[in-house]
Amino acid sequence: MADIRLEGVGHSYDGGRTWALKPMTWTWQSSRAYALLGPSGCGKTTLLNIISGLITPTTGRIWFGDREVTGVPTAGRNIAQVFQFPVLYEEMSVYDNLAFPLRNRKFPKKEVDQRVRQVSQLLGLDQVLRRRSRRLDPGRQQIVSLGRGLVRPQVAAVLLDEPLTVVDPALKWTLRSKLKEIHRDTGHTLIYVTHDQTEALTFADEVVVLNDGAIVQTGPPAELFLSPTHEFVGHFIGSPGMNMVPGEIVGDVVRVGTADVGAAPDGLPAGPVRIGVRPEFVRIAGPDASPGAAATVTGIDRMGAYDLVHTRVGEHPVIVKTEAGSACEPDAVVCLHFPADRTFLFRDEVRCGSLAPLNGRGPA
Amino acid sequence: MTDQTTVAQSPSGAAEPAPPPAEEAKDARVDPRPKNNRAWWLVLPVVVSVAFTAVIPLMTVVNYSVQDVFSPSERIFVGLEWFREIARDPEVRGAFVRTLLFSAQVLLIEIPLGVAVAVAMPRRGVSVSVALVLVALPLLIPWNVVGTIWQIFARGDIGLGGWAINNVLGVNFNYTLDSTDAWLTVLVMDVWHWTPLVALLAYAGLRSIPQPYFQAAQIDGASAWATFRHIQLPRLRGVLTIAILLRFMDSFMIYTEPFVVTGGGPGNATSFLSILLSKIAVGQFDLGPAGAFSLLYFLFVQILCYVFFTVLTRSGR
Repeated sequence: MADIRLEGVGHSYDGGRTWALKPMTWTWQSSRAYALLGPSGCGKTTLLNIISGLITPTTGRIWFGDREVTGVPTAGRNIAQVFQFPVLYEEMSVYDNLAFPLRNRKFPKKEVDQRVRQVSQLLGLDQVLRRRSRRLDPGRQQIVSLGRGLVRPQVAAVLLDEPLTVVDPALKWTLRSKLKEIHRDTGHTLIYVTHDQTEALTFADEVVVLNDGAIVQTGPPAELFLSPTHEFVGHFIGSPGMNMVPGEIVGDVVRVGTADVGAAPDGLPAGPVRIGVRPEFVRIAGPDASPGAAATVTGIDRMGAYDLVHTRVGEHPVIVKTEAGSACEPDAVVCLHFPADRTFLFRDEVRCGSLAPLNGRGPA
Repeated sequence: MTDQTTVAQSPSGAAEPAPPPAEEAKDARVDPRPKNNRAWWLVLPVVVSVAFTAVIPLMTVVNYSVQDVFSPSERIFVGLEWFREIARDPEVRGAFVRTLLFSAQVLLIEIPLGVAVAVAMPRRGVSVSVALVLVALPLLIPWNVVGTIWQIFARGDIGLGGWAINNVLGVNFNYTLDSTDAWLTVLVMDVWHWTPLVALLAYAGLRSIPQPYFQAAQIDGASAWATFRHIQLPRLRGVLTIAILLRFMDSFMIYTEPFVVTGGGPGNATSFLSILLSKIAVGQFDLGPAGAFSLLYFLFVQILCYVFFTVLTRSGR
């Protein structure tokens, strides 16, 4: 097993006019579990297919450890991949399906049997081993496809392309934890493509967020949540996503409308900024608390475990997540406080600093 | 209707109040609304046209098959006599074996060859249209023209094919004299004419296989043969069933091409069932035996198609 390194790898499906994947340099470290997170059409699958060799990138080079594999076909790369929808050898039994990748690589019969039984036990397929694979329900079929990805020992990486889409929700949780378990036991490098943030955050050691064919941020799940470096990550991760309020730096304070909400970090030139703060961290205070921005409550969603208070600062919606049983009433005027360590400033969608405490400056 | 049942029940059940609800429930299951059966008239055109084009002509044949027809006014009922005679006739039996052999050879050659052509055809680009047109070309030529083309093509004196075999390969080839040569000519002609149909059907089947199947095969390290055997072939089952049925029926009833090329000869080397049948029916005007012959012929094609279909669909489960 080795690191998988992409050097300036980019791909264009139309001869370079538009990039499905913008040239990027990135290393997938050996034995880690990655989630590749992004909206549909952001290049996730393209990136995956480049790693597995199903697509040859338009530019750039791919290394598995010290070995360059840019021109090496899929079969020579020792990569396992599971697709979004079950892909089975329909006329074969489940057992033969699982054995297929090993038989093609001329593994001895005994080892094939041993590996197949190991995987089938792990995935709970023991009862259906002799069944024809096409007679299983789609969820089970996908588990068989998953098994085919996991059956080979010593693969460089297992790539999973939204593998749980067709599996029903209850089984999803079980399988996801199974996958984590398998990852812990085998130490395969796993790259798990998904557009579902919960899936990504619960599954991965490290999340790679992709948008418009480019990596916008990488890091452990908590970091992406607590400290997004890009507006997109703010929106995309978290439910509901990060609030973005247009503001302005005037002198050394950050203003929303006419209200000072905090101090500007050192060295940031004056001008418009966007203020990003997660609903979890906004605090609702009385109408004339300060520093804070005046807001009108427009509605409350009582979610059971918590409440979502919808407010409006000027023209801009701000959602606040509060404990259940919030006392706010619609049309009330409140003051929203943005905590300094959890509020970030963005320019051109990229984070340029975080809000600093006012230290008693500004209107009291 | 509802009222009547209640009335009929009343002498015995008037004293007890319980039965009526049960009765109502029973009536509810039999829909009490008057049924509008006028939609059946919509089927009428089909019934009439099928009757005129298929059922009545077929009944005429059935009628002939049990009679000895001397003239339109003179006919004798002979029961199953003609069926017995046809079934025992050595000439009919000979033609039957010949036709069966021909169909078997046609299927054995055209199905694998058609699939092979389909696999070899390009998947994208301009070459797709070119390949499709080239492959489909023989299908556009009328049967008797195909016969004429091959009748000339295979001649040793003026036909390019026959001449080449005789003078380039140095093999003595003459389909008008040698029965093997005649058989081969008809067989090769059928392969040339109809393999494209199998190829086109198979090509359509192959095109419908989603890309991830091939990607999965690559990931699993499958060889080209394993990919064909485990992905492409199983997914061609449907179209190949159709191809086999069509090719069997067509080849088993082949008439025009051998009639044009060899006329059934030399001797009776290429005298297939249809050629013999038309000789009896139209040539000798033996309507009784010809009727019995047709019915047996028809029955056999039906049975064999049914067997093919059942075997092919069952094996897929």
